[in-house]
Amino acid sequence: MFRVASDTLDSRVPAGPLEQKWDKHRFNLKLVNPANRRKYSVIVVGTGLAGGSAAASLGELGYSVKAFCFQDSPRRAHSIAAQGGINAAKNYPNDGDSIWRLFYDTIKGGDYRAREANVYRLAQVANNIIDQCVAQGVPFAREYGGTLANRSFGGAQLSRTFYCRGQTGQQLLLGAYQSLMRQVSTGRVKMFARREMLELIVSNGAARGIVVRNIENGKLEVHTADAVVLCTGGYGNVYYLSTNAKGCNVTAAWRCHRRGAFFANPCYTQIHPTCIPVSGDYQSKLTLMSESLRNDGRVWVPKNRADQRPPGQIPDDERDYYLERRYPSFGNLAPRDISSRAAKERTDAGYGVGESGLAVFLDFRDAIVRDGEDVVRKKYGNLFHMYEKITAENPYEVPMRIYPAVHYTMGGLWVDYNLMSNLPGLYVLGEANFSDHGANRLGASALMQGLSDGYFVIPYTIGDYLAAAKHGKLAEDAPECRAALQDAQNRITKLLSVNGRRTVDSFHRELGLLMWDYCGMARTKAGLEATIPRIRALRDEFWNNVRVPGDASTLNQSLEKAGRVADFMEFAELLAVDALHRNESCGGHFREEYQTEDGEAARDDENYSYVAAWQFQGAGTEPVLHREPLVFENVKPSTRSYK
Amino acid sequence: MSSETLNLTLRVWRQAGPDKPGNFCDYQLDGVSTHMSFLEMLDVLNEKLIAAGDEPVAFDHDCREGICGMCSLMINGQAHGPDRGTTTCQLHMRRFSDGQTITIEPWRAKPFPVVRDLVVNRSAFDRVIQSGGFVSVNTGNAPDGNSVPVPGNRQEVAMDAAACIGCGACVAACKNASAMLFVSAKVSQLSILPQGQPERSSRVLSMVAQMDKEGFGACTNTSECEAACPAEVSVSHIARLNREYMKALVFADR
Repeated sequence: MFRVASDTLDSRVPAGPLEQKWDKHRFNLKLVNPANRRKYSVIVVGTGLAGGSAAASLGELGYSVKAFCFQDSPRRAHSIAAQGGINAAKNYPNDGDSIWRLFYDTIKGGDYRAREANVYRLAQVANNIIDQCVAQGVPFAREYGGTLANRSFGGAQLSRTFYCRGQTGQQLLLGAYQSLMRQVSTGRVKMFARREMLELIVSNGAARGIVVRNIENGKLEVHTADAVVLCTGGYGNVYYLSTNAKGCNVTAAWRCHRRGAFFANPCYTQIHPTCIPVSGDYQSKLTLMSESLRNDGRVWVPKNRADQRPPGQIPDDERDYYLERRYPSFGNLAPRDISSRAAKERTDAGYGVGESGLAVFLDFRDAIVRDGEDVVRKKYGNLFHMYEKITAENPYEVPMRIYPAVHYTMGGLWVDYNLMSNLPGLYVLGEANFSDHGANRLGASALMQGLSDGYFVIPYTIGDYLAAAKHGKLAEDAPECRAALQDAQNRITKLLSVNGRRTVDSFHRELGLLMWDYCGMARTKAGLEATIPRIRALRDEFWNNVRVPGDASTLNQSLEKAGRVADFMEFAELLAVDALHRNESCGGHFREEYQTEDGEAARDDENYSYVAAWQFQGAGTEPVLHREPLVFENVKPSTRSYK
Repeated sequence: MSSETLNLTLRVWRQAGPDKPGNFCDYQLDGVSTHMSFLEMLDVLNEKLIAAGDEPVAFDHDCREGICGMCSLMINGQAHGPDRGTTTCQLHMRRFSDGQTITIEPWRAKPFPVVRDLVVNRSAFDRVIQSGGFVSVNTGNAPDGNSVPVPGNRQEVAMDAAACIGCGACVAACKNASAMLFVSAKVSQLSILPQGQPERSSRVLSMVAQMDKEGFGACTNTSECEAACPAEVSVSHIARLNREYMKALVFADR
């Protein structure tokens, strides 16, 4: 199934006390003097929170930046859909928060599968993010007196989440986008919208450029630079149905993986507990209902399996508030992986509600009685509105019906402490890397990580690489560029020439269902072993039977999708191999064989306290496993309890 | 929720490229579930077209939860269709009736040229933001977030404006193809907040100049934009834009 390399991966985490690592490291990083920065060029792929903030900040520093996105505008990146909020240990509510506590909660939330030093740095710079965003004019929610407001999120027993109604991601992204647009107006950043990255260009072992397709006219373009910063998000759409935008894909990361970048922990996928349930076979995506709703909403199912009464007529003593029952100290704000599994446990046992039985209630009755409908509307109005649009039910009157859905992926390309992959000059930021969330991400931490990486990490660490790089300019018609261009061209030609009978979407749906059933919320050895040959068979069928209409010289959305699905077909196998190799349960990776008596994840720290970083050897060829041992010098891994 | 199905006639604008002529094509689509979103209905149409050896209808979309602003579409002459405060991706087929003919067109405005079928180029909006729709603060310069209090009610108005998703429905709905609602949303947000004060005058002047340069039309206060806006941005922000513009013209030391 795979081979194990004998080396251990070096994370390049600096020595010294945890609190001083980042400061000392920044001092040790080489600098590029301001007058020389314009001579260095940097490619940033993706313009979400990580890419937008990185491109803007690097432009401000004076580097020559080229930024790319496949959408029609950088403002549309999927970060925009993040609803609930962003964490920071400001301790404004005076409830005992500190950088250390945010660090501890995040490490524990990730089920002790994240790198201590990265997480501590994240907690340190989180406060700067809030300040930066306020200065940009991000309209965070405020108290009557004008100070910033906070609310609570899962996995924390205090309020450290800053928010803009139910659209925090939108406002943070627009802040980064506006900063990016300002750099575009100065000419320091050149923006290339509607470009999809199809290949990474590697020259003398270093990442030196990309091949993109201009989506509007089909032209392939080569762009070279001194470094490439990949900020292309997660791979949740391998499941077809997820809360991701339709365009989210693994292609950019996978193309880098094929060129030598290690892919770390692909089996760490986050299933979010509160999404609107699937309702038909035509369904194209799943919609999240923000975790913030669990501040005031209570999750329950009827105690009696056969209870057919409308929810409002079921009295309290016949309701099972199962999160409050199982996790009394965190209650409805238990972390996502735990809440999702608890919902699955109840519905598998036959207590689910709704037509399909694959749903539980999220009920605001008590909050509306306690605080009044207006207060609830002010906090969650847009979410309630969205729910009603989709389901035609009014959540002020009847409880929401929710069910877990694929949401976020903790795995990603392997990076060191500087956020550089094992390929020199290839940096990976935000959800596209693997570094900060371990096996489970806490709510309101994705925005924090994306902006931390882009605003406050890459501006320092990339200088260290550029100052030392002595590689000269790479011509756009250099042999390695022409070869990458040819590879991209051949692939497009191949996709268009199959001319089979099945549509791209039909393959994507089939792959997604396979992954959801055997590589989703619960996994087993037998299921995974049976799935891998089925993925391979489906991939073979794809290349023999897909129909991609149209040609390559115009806007061709079927062709775009086909390229993405082809890469998902290869990536899915690696995800399954990773899940099969990890003989333990941790965070979002739940292997049914490894659980405690009361159904919680059973970790195996002795054998699996490492990052699994996979090296590509060819599609269908056994990948090589490189391991980075996780060293816990400050927090002692313990059984993660939210009881 | 009981599910019903609809049989529909779709009259869709087809255009092979920016410089090619376009025309309406009629498609019969039967058995459409009322629970489908409008875009899921188009997905079904496209699967049918591909199976029949035709090219699918190109349309922009991404998040499908009403926030990215990528989806567009004039549906029976209304931007984002008949529901107030709703993007096309959040519009559901239960809003339509059996046997109905639905006409689907791209945004029609000179500054938004058609790329293909229902896809248009909205980069004019990016250039308007580039002209001044930001606060000039470099990363690292920020004081503590609580150092400047913002009264809760002012922040709420700023947030109402900031909710704009940049979809372009306001332009498409306007008989003059005016972008005043879009521009005013950003001008309003940043002129209300203390962080936007230093560039308050220069911002409004630059953004209005760029808006004109892009070829957007003038505002004649018909408020179609507000009616079409999926983020329910109010035309009161246009009033604020006009005030800001006048003040900047008269008082600003430029």
